[in-house]
Amino acid sequence: MISHQGDREAILGRVKEALREPAPLKHPAERSAGGEPTTAHFREWLPPVGAAIEERLDLFRKLSETLRSELIACASVREAAAEIASLASAGGWKTLALHQGELVDALLPLLPASLTILPLQSGYDKDQLEACDAGLTECDLLVAQTGSVCVTSKNSGGRVLSVLPPHHIVIARTGQLVTDLTEAYQSLAAKYRDGYPSMISFITGPSRTGDIERILVLGAHGPKRLTILLLP
Amino acid sequence: MNTLAEPPSQQFHSDANRSSTDAPRRAAVRRALSNYQTARNRTGATFTDWKSARASAATIKHEALNHLDRYLEEFEQKFTARGGQVYWASDSKQARDYILELAKKNNVRAIVKSKAMTGEEIHLNQALLAEGYGVVESDLGEYIQQLKGEPPYHFVFPCMHLRRDEISDLFHRELGTAKTDNPEELTMIARRVLRRAYVEADMGISGGNFIVADTGMISITENEGNARLTVGLPKIHVALIGIEKVVPRLADLALFLPMLATAGTGQHMTGYNSMYGGPRQTGEIDGPEEFHVVFLDNHRTRLLADPEQRDALHCIRCGACLNVCPIFKNIGGHSYGTTYQGPIGSVITPHFRGLEDWKHLSGASSLCGACTETCPVGIDIHHHLLHNRRNAAAQKPAKGEQLLWKAFSFLMKRPSLYRFAMKFAPLGGLLHPLVQGTPMDPVAGWTGSRDFPAAPLGSFRERFRAHNAAKQSAAHTGGAR
Amino acid sequence: MRVTLFIPCFIDSLYPNVGMSMVHVLERLGHTVEFPEEQTCCGQPPFNSGYWDEARSVASKQIDVFKDAEVVISGSGSCGAMFKVFYPELFHGHAREVDAKALSSKTWEFSEFLVTKLGVADLGARFEGRATFHDGCHGLRELGTKQAPRELLKHVKGLDLVEMTEAETCCGFGGTFAVKYPQISTAMAEVKCNSICETKADYVISNDSSCLMQIGGWLNRNVGSVKCLHLAEVLASR
Ligand code: SF4
Repeated sequence: MISHQGDREAILGRVKEALREPAPLKHPAERSAGGEPTTAHFREWLPPVGAAIEERLDLFRKLSETLRSELIACASVREAAAEIASLASAGGWKTLALHQGELVDALLPLLPASLTILPLQSGYDKDQLEACDAGLTECDLLVAQTGSVCVTSKNSGGRVLSVLPPHHIVIARTGQLVTDLTEAYQSLAAKYRDGYPSMISFITGPSRTGDIERILVLGAHGPKRLTILLLP
Repeated sequence: MNTLAEPPSQQFHSDANRSSTDAPRRAAVRRALSNYQTARNRTGATFTDWKSARASAATIKHEALNHLDRYLEEFEQKFTARGGQVYWASDSKQARDYILELAKKNNVRAIVKSKAMTGEEIHLNQALLAEGYGVVESDLGEYIQQLKGEPPYHFVFPCMHLRRDEISDLFHRELGTAKTDNPEELTMIARRVLRRAYVEADMGISGGNFIVADTGMISITENEGNARLTVGLPKIHVALIGIEKVVPRLADLALFLPMLATAGTGQHMTGYNSMYGGPRQTGEIDGPEEFHVVFLDNHRTRLLADPEQRDALHCIRCGACLNVCPIFKNIGGHSYGTTYQGPIGSVITPHFRGLEDWKHLSGASSLCGACTETCPVGIDIHHHLLHNRRNAAAQKPAKGEQLLWKAFSFLMKRPSLYRFAMKFAPLGGLLHPLVQGTPMDPVAGWTGSRDFPAAPLGSFRERFRAHNAAKQSAAHTGGAR
Repeated sequence: MRVTLFIPCFIDSLYPNVGMSMVHVLERLGHTVEFPEEQTCCGQPPFNSGYWDEARSVASKQIDVFKDAEVVISGSGSCGAMFKVFYPELFHGHAREVDAKALSSKTWEFSEFLVTKLGVADLGARFEGRATFHDGCHGLRELGTKQAPRELLKHVKGLDLVEMTEAETCCGFGGTFAVKYPQISTAMAEVKCNSICETKADYVISNDSSCLMQIGGWLNRNVGSVKCLHLAEVLASR
């Protein structure tokens, strides 16, 4: 319920009044026939991505490297589970938090028994999640142009599973890789015609900061590492 | 820094003069920015056509600002349909009071904040602390500045002026941690403190980079993930955003996110770009129960009402104009005494806080135009500095200065008088008595630190006349022969 | 071609050699050089200070002076930018807007005129020494002049041209800014000049005398060894 809206009418009134005189457009972009600037137009001016899937994959791989994301191609769910097991033993993990989903559900029975699993079904204890060693999520999309992983509150275990544990593992299929951000938004629009999740987030590399002398440090808050397990 | 009794222009003069002779600090700032330009050029070059992309961004922002009422209403309608609440604040006080009221109503004890320049603008932290709420800034740079008790130095890189040893000393003093000169260790110290803050907070306050009209979302760009946590864990989320931050369509972000990253830090994409379209929805396992968007006017409509400078509201706060500004690099962010530093701050602050008090910022520029060249949304920043100067002179001409320019134009419109003057006194010498002993005195201003060129023998026009005469007589003798 | 020189007030009185060098270069190329004696100042000082009425009355005078010129060549990127970029803005919505635009469209910065308009790069100049080039901000960003002066200097025999890291950084002159904010202006000059000195150049060359006044003023006071030259002076020497 809207309790009160503050100065809604006054502000809108001032805005309308202010806009009575139009402002010149000093740096016009090309316009479509309808007179509206087209969103399709900027797409071709952004960093180009090859059309073929191999080119997209190559770019995604290259960007992951620059971003210090770890991209691991896995031939099967079993192989992906083995990767997680070796990360777990190398990192001395005790707890792994995860959510339900087609790929995660397939992985779950294959994970090492020594690992305590914290499933985020209908809620969680914040302290418990904070203490986890890693978070495993699915994603909605991967974006070749930017090397990003697109997660949503609907398909990636809510808002914080992908950002609170110190190591974020994403399990994805190659088919989820789209060319660019424009395609990503198109695909999200089609998928969520009946309502978007409350959060859509493009994750581009592990958490980072340059706040101290502009020197790059990974893991400012959440994931110091981001591992992407890519299934065919 | 902010001595209250001093008028802003005097404070600026003394701070700028002091900091522009502070060689170590200037060097630290230049060092911090040294990799920026290279990274930015490299990333910019990956665009097929940066200039066209920029024109598109300008066009989309122009469209958004010139139909601002329509897009704000569209946002509101979409956002409230999903359970969000919109509050419209005319000024700082109204925004602060609303947030305080929310905190009180919900028995909030601890608040975590992610970077929001609007929060700085309305002095939100001070208001919350005065009412007894604990507030922790979660962006590393902001956290450091909060501990230091200083406003941000740069609206994108809040503590870029500090060296690691200063941060280490600060942590040692405030948190009791061991000293270290390793940036990674320093970051981990803050990480430990801040992770607790997210878990314990019951209210998260953020800013917002974009208001997306067609889907009713706000978009937040960050590298650290602190905003993700700030708006993910606490049960109430408040986003305080200036009304100008609109883009019409979600799909427009496909342009703005890469441009913001490229111009801001030289990254091709910032670490986390997140769009939030309401509180926790049915079927979702977490997220805030309440999500309030506070639209802040605070004189933005005053700038909007000026068609000549309306495009200054296109700003996406990437900070690029600061990073390339030679004034910023030499006087530093604190000298400005404003929430928004650097060239864009000098353009907009007079609109937000009064031309008479803040016109000096527009004067303190060599008009080199590096800001305009770099701006990803095509704002003619340095031309707006000229507009501010013109408006200030029209509103309240400085008596001595106006007299000077009247005399100047009187002279320059009369070539014979000008020639006469130039013959008997160099230009400066003629006008000098008008300003001698005043702060406008150019001779003192110049010769304090620089030499004046030696007066040549004869002006150009004299030499050109002689040259032509010589040519003619040569032609004459040549012809007679 | 009949070319009309616009020699800004401070070049007239302080750097006559720059103007004469332009005359020599243009005459050697076979052009007729004119200098209307009625010209004074482009009006930039009052314009930049916000006194646009005063600036307009000075500017209006210059519009008259150059009315019959075929092309107008400026030896200062800054004053050239005033004609080319700022006059149309200054007269926007005023009676003489059309005249201002006409002057704007026939105005050329010296190096751009040689390279782009005339298509010459080699002027047969000879100049011995190591030099670095300073891009004046107005020439660079208002007029978009970057390659032309380098193109010309590349063809000067004996000249060793080295780029400095801060070539595009403002020298801190900025007209009245230099005397209204001397400390900031000087700090900027220092950054610029340190970059010049790093190149170990004997000369710093620019297409803008106002920048050179600032750079030279600082160098003279603090370094002493590096000399300032206008592009035209280098191109005129043989
Ligand atoms: S004015 Fe332009 S360059 Fe400066 S912060 Fe805003 S968008 Fe960035």
